[in-house]
Amino acid sequence: MDLITPGTGLIFWQLFGFLGLLFILIKFAWKPMLAALDERESSIENALKAAETARNEMANLKAENEKLLADARLERDTILKKAQDASVKMVDDAKADAAKVGAQMIENAKAVIETEKKAALADVKNQVATLSLEITEKLLRANLSDTKSQKDLVEGFVNDLKLN
Amino acid sequence: MKRKILALSLLISAFLLVFNSSTFAAEQEEDKTSFIMHHVKDSHEWHLVTLGHTHVTLPLPVIVYSGDRGLEFFTSTDFQDHETHQFGEQYAHEGYYIDEHDHLGRVDHGSFIEFSITKNVVMLFIVLIVVAWMALSAASFYKKNGAVAPKGAAAIIEPIVIFVRDDIAKEAIGPQYKRFVPYLITLFLFVWFGNLLGLIPGAANMTGNIAVTLVLAVLTFIITNVNGNKDYWKHVFMTPGVPPLMLLIIVPVEIIGLFTKPFALMVRLFVAITAGHIVILGFIALAFIFESYTIGVASTLMVTFINLIELLVATIQAYVFTLFSAMYIGSAVAEHTHADH
Repeated sequence: MDLITPGTGLIFWQLFGFLGLLFILIKFAWKPMLAALDERESSIENALKAAETARNEMANLKAENEKLLADARLERDTILKKAQDASVKMVDDAKADAAKVGAQMIENAKAVIETEKKAALADVKNQVATLSLEITEKLLRANLSDTKSQKDLVEGFVNDLKLN
Repeated sequence: MKRKILALSLLISAFLLVFNSSTFAAEQEEDKTSFIMHHVKDSHEWHLVTLGHTHVTLPLPVIVYSGDRGLEFFTSTDFQDHETHQFGEQYAHEGYYIDEHDHLGRVDHGSFIEFSITKNVVMLFIVLIVVAWMALSAASFYKKNGAVAPKGAAAIIEPIVIFVRDDIAKEAIGPQYKRFVPYLITLFLFVWFGNLLGLIPGAANMTGNIAVTLVLAVLTFIITNVNGNKDYWKHVFMTPGVPPLMLLIIVPVEIIGLFTKPFALMVRLFVAITAGHIVILGFIALAFIFESYTIGVASTLMVTFINLIELLVATIQAYVFTLFSAMYIGSAVAEHTHADH
């Protein structure tokens, strides 16, 4: 058989053999296989997309969480600050009250002391007057037994009166 | 891995030597190389090995159809000497003979068509069975397991399918690639397995036969032109952007171009594979022409080397044949505007 002359037998068998192979493989091999490959590729693609979505959601969630956390922190700080302020105010108020009450008490005490003092002084004055009277009485009984001494006394009163 | 390939290649080379050793006992210088062409061409019997003077051959059916005698079946042994397995006109049988060049002839010179199961036809059947078995077992994997990661035959076939689909069909054809993918995959697998199995010592040079490549090229030609769209035919008969007078020259060139494309396909595969076989056998023949051990060792090394290259060529030629088929189909179905020319 010649090298470059195609043999009719081989052409015949090749044509029908190859067409038969083509037909069988298209029907039973390539169609199911290409469909399976497409299916797998699309499922992989879907899985990748789902993963991407999940990742985005996770990121969103994380951001949200962080925001919540930051908000919570801020609120905590505010509350703490408020509490601190309140406590400081309370202490200050208490201090102011205490000072006021103290001052009041001191005032009262002073008034009482003043009153007591006055009373005491009045008492002392009375006592002194009584005592003076008693002394005077005793002196008078002793000294006014003679005329001279009576005279002197009267002169003395007169001098005093003049001075006044 | 490399060592394994090398070892396999050496083994194949050694086999080749054994398979062809009988030829080298020949006295004539011409006979020492005649086995090369004998191997490369088709034959009515499959000569496996010669042990001493015993030829181990696979007799093959000879099928002839003629208008006056109808369909007739013979075997190749009917037409040859039983001792030497030599064909010749003197061994004519029932009005037919096979001459020394393995040509079937009719004694009364009447017309006939031959449908013999020759060596290449048997090889063709083997390749068809191997490809079909691989593809079908791969497909059954998907049927059984659904869309999961491939195993077994599917793991071999799937990368090829994806490669042909994505890197050949999608690239060369464009958006309409899907309906041509099955043809291209079948084409690729057929040519590839044909090339690879043809490299096995004792196997036939099937994809290096012009009848085989002719049929494949004609199929591509038919698919291309049946699917040719308006743009494609317009490009052939009213090439845009060309002055009317020039069309007188351009149109015939375009029409010739329609046929040169499949012709190039046919010749490229035939030549590449046949040349590879001839080179390998040529190196083997050297040892017996020079009858020297040194040259024997050197040529065996060379044969090993060429065998490795042939493995590459087998794949490249399958790729190229498929790629060019896809490109021709792509040119026929492309929806392009002529503004971008």
